[in-house]
Amino acid sequence: MKNNKSWNKIKNWPLLLPVVALILVMAVNIIYDAVNGNNPLSFFMITLQQTTSNGTILYGRIIDILNRGSEAAILAIGMTLVVSSSAGTDISVGSVMSLCASFCCMLLAGYGVSSTTTLAKPLIVGILGGLLMGVVCGMFNGTLVAYFKIQPMVATLILFSAARAIGLLLCNDLIVYVRNPSYAFFGSFVGPLPTPLIITAICVAVMSILLKKTALGMYIQSVGINDKASRIAGLNSKRIIFLTYVICGLFAGIAGIVNSSRITSADSNNIGLYLEMDAILAVALGGNSLGGGKFNLAGSIIGAYTIQAITTTLYALGVSAAQAPVFKAIIVILIVSIQSEPVRNFFKKQSAAKQAKGVA
Amino acid sequence: MKNKKVRLNGHTILLLITIALFAVLYAGGCIAYGAKGFTHLQTFCNILITNAGLICVACGMTCVMLTAGIDISVGALIAMDCMLLAVGMEKGIGAVPMILIVLLIGVVFGAFQGYLVGYLGIQPFIVTMAGMFFCRGMTAVICTDQVSITEAINPTFYKWANAKVIIPFGGYVNNKGKYMAPYVRPGVVVALLVLILIFIMLRYTKFGRSLYAVGGSAQSATMMGLNTKMIRMKAHILSSVLCSIGGICYCLNTMAGSVTQALGLEMDAISSAVIGGTLLTGGVGNVFGTFFGVLINGTISSIVKTNGKLASSWPNILTAALLFIFIVIQSVFAAIRERSRNK
Repeated sequence: MKNNKSWNKIKNWPLLLPVVALILVMAVNIIYDAVNGNNPLSFFMITLQQTTSNGTILYGRIIDILNRGSEAAILAIGMTLVVSSSAGTDISVGSVMSLCASFCCMLLAGYGVSSTTTLAKPLIVGILGGLLMGVVCGMFNGTLVAYFKIQPMVATLILFSAARAIGLLLCNDLIVYVRNPSYAFFGSFVGPLPTPLIITAICVAVMSILLKKTALGMYIQSVGINDKASRIAGLNSKRIIFLTYVICGLFAGIAGIVNSSRITSADSNNIGLYLEMDAILAVALGGNSLGGGKFNLAGSIIGAYTIQAITTTLYALGVSAAQAPVFKAIIVILIVSIQSEPVRNFFKKQSAAKQAKGVA
Repeated sequence: MKNKKVRLNGHTILLLITIALFAVLYAGGCIAYGAKGFTHLQTFCNILITNAGLICVACGMTCVMLTAGIDISVGALIAMDCMLLAVGMEKGIGAVPMILIVLLIGVVFGAFQGYLVGYLGIQPFIVTMAGMFFCRGMTAVICTDQVSITEAINPTFYKWANAKVIIPFGGYVNNKGKYMAPYVRPGVVVALLVLILIFIMLRYTKFGRSLYAVGGSAQSATMMGLNTKMIRMKAHILSSVLCSIGGICYCLNTMAGSVTQALGLEMDAISSAVIGGTLLTGGVGNVFGTFFGVLINGTISSIVKTNGKLASSWPNILTAALLFIFIVIQSVFAAIRERSRNK
């Protein structure tokens, strides 16, 4: 009986799904390394390495995953809130990332310039411009969803296809390179640690404080659980839904700048490509229902890094970047199928039948 | 029945706006680029030729949207179909078996998506988005390079692609004094046949009417004794099959398979349907309006192409802007209707 209780505790642990997935990925890595005659634990090894450009940095597969997964983790924060409040997803985040990066690089390099080493405007103008663009995109999505009551995915579909095109227009159909060390900072290293990881940590910390210390988190969940009841209880539910989209846009802007700084350029066609999928997957994998309501930010973050771990593992196994979406699509379908009502009811029935048998 | 007047409600107004918009756009194009040959009937035929695939896809999209669903996997499915056709023919399989394979894949893919949407009750957007990434990825799994279908690879398919269906009127005499008869490709004939068939199906068959019923109110439809789950699933199968037919038309036009093909086509199909008066909430719309939606999209890209100086991203932006405008109009109409009902 006691055993049963602790089993139930584990079963109801919100982080069960992402942690199990993470362990599975690690197991695959260990087996793969062992089969290939490498040190089975090489996945976990972290070493200090000397580089010419960044000095001494931490090096290892885990560090790489934490570094590369930053964009998805940053996006996952905003996506979690959007999913929670409006029971829909913002599929424009990848394109908005690209637009913000293009706008930022356009400001820094000047219109029509394809490559520069000196900044045309102070760095802060470019960064703030990029973030502002994200906020504007978020406001656009938020207005359509909250005030015009359009299904979130259709509303965000507009920017999903238009934002990349606008970004190309801003960059005059060029790939704009900003080869300046001050801009490259956001994608490189602070001391031994990767900057994107630090930026992610700051974003997560600020957001969790905001959600825990103010009533915002509770408001968002309450709107997501029952829009009408929250309104009757005195919440301005439209404004809260609007706000979640603005936050999501802002985080898309941050992710866009990090990604563009990593490659010191604004490649409108490729920045954030398929990343909306990763963000949505992170939210689903984090144990959050895509039907809205309660959310778990920590789950989403772990989910995002798990997905990056999956991606890195896939690359290590020799799957190309263009082919990786196949596996991610299969994982999404598996997760949402498990979450769906008929399947859950089926499992409930099964366990009830088992219990009935035990009693008899 | 015969005396029934055509009522001017929100939906017919929307359709009229669409037709008027097309007329204005096309007339504008004729006035601005008349010297570049925009007034010739061939320009219109070219719009049909380039968008033959889109017409099929948009018809399928309309059927799914009538049930209050959506299918964003279509663009990627077309890319996968084209790649399959190209690689299959390169391997020496005939044109007819390849087309049958592609259609079969459409049925299976649609059935799978439809099962998840209809029977497991997962949001259609999530399911079809996963489908979209799956198909895009599968395209890369089949082949990562661009594969062209040349005459040497498959003469039959090549002959189909280059066949002309001459239209007996509307030709012009070019500057060398030769009479140029306007023509369309076989793909257009297929697309128009699909359009007419779907129009008849939606209007006069039991299945067509049940699509409207499910989209109007799933609960009422269930109470009426309709199997809503099955109907949703069938709508997705229909969409994927029409998408596969569209993919074949698309391939006849491009004669190649590549990973980035038909990128964003789902957006064109959705905006065509929405501009043509299909409601996102389901239950309202027909393929006739969708056809005009496709024509509007085609006219915009044709104008941008004829201009020659505008950046290639303009059609994308304009389509999105039109979608935005029509979605807002729909939402305003819905708000007005709700207000008058509450009075």
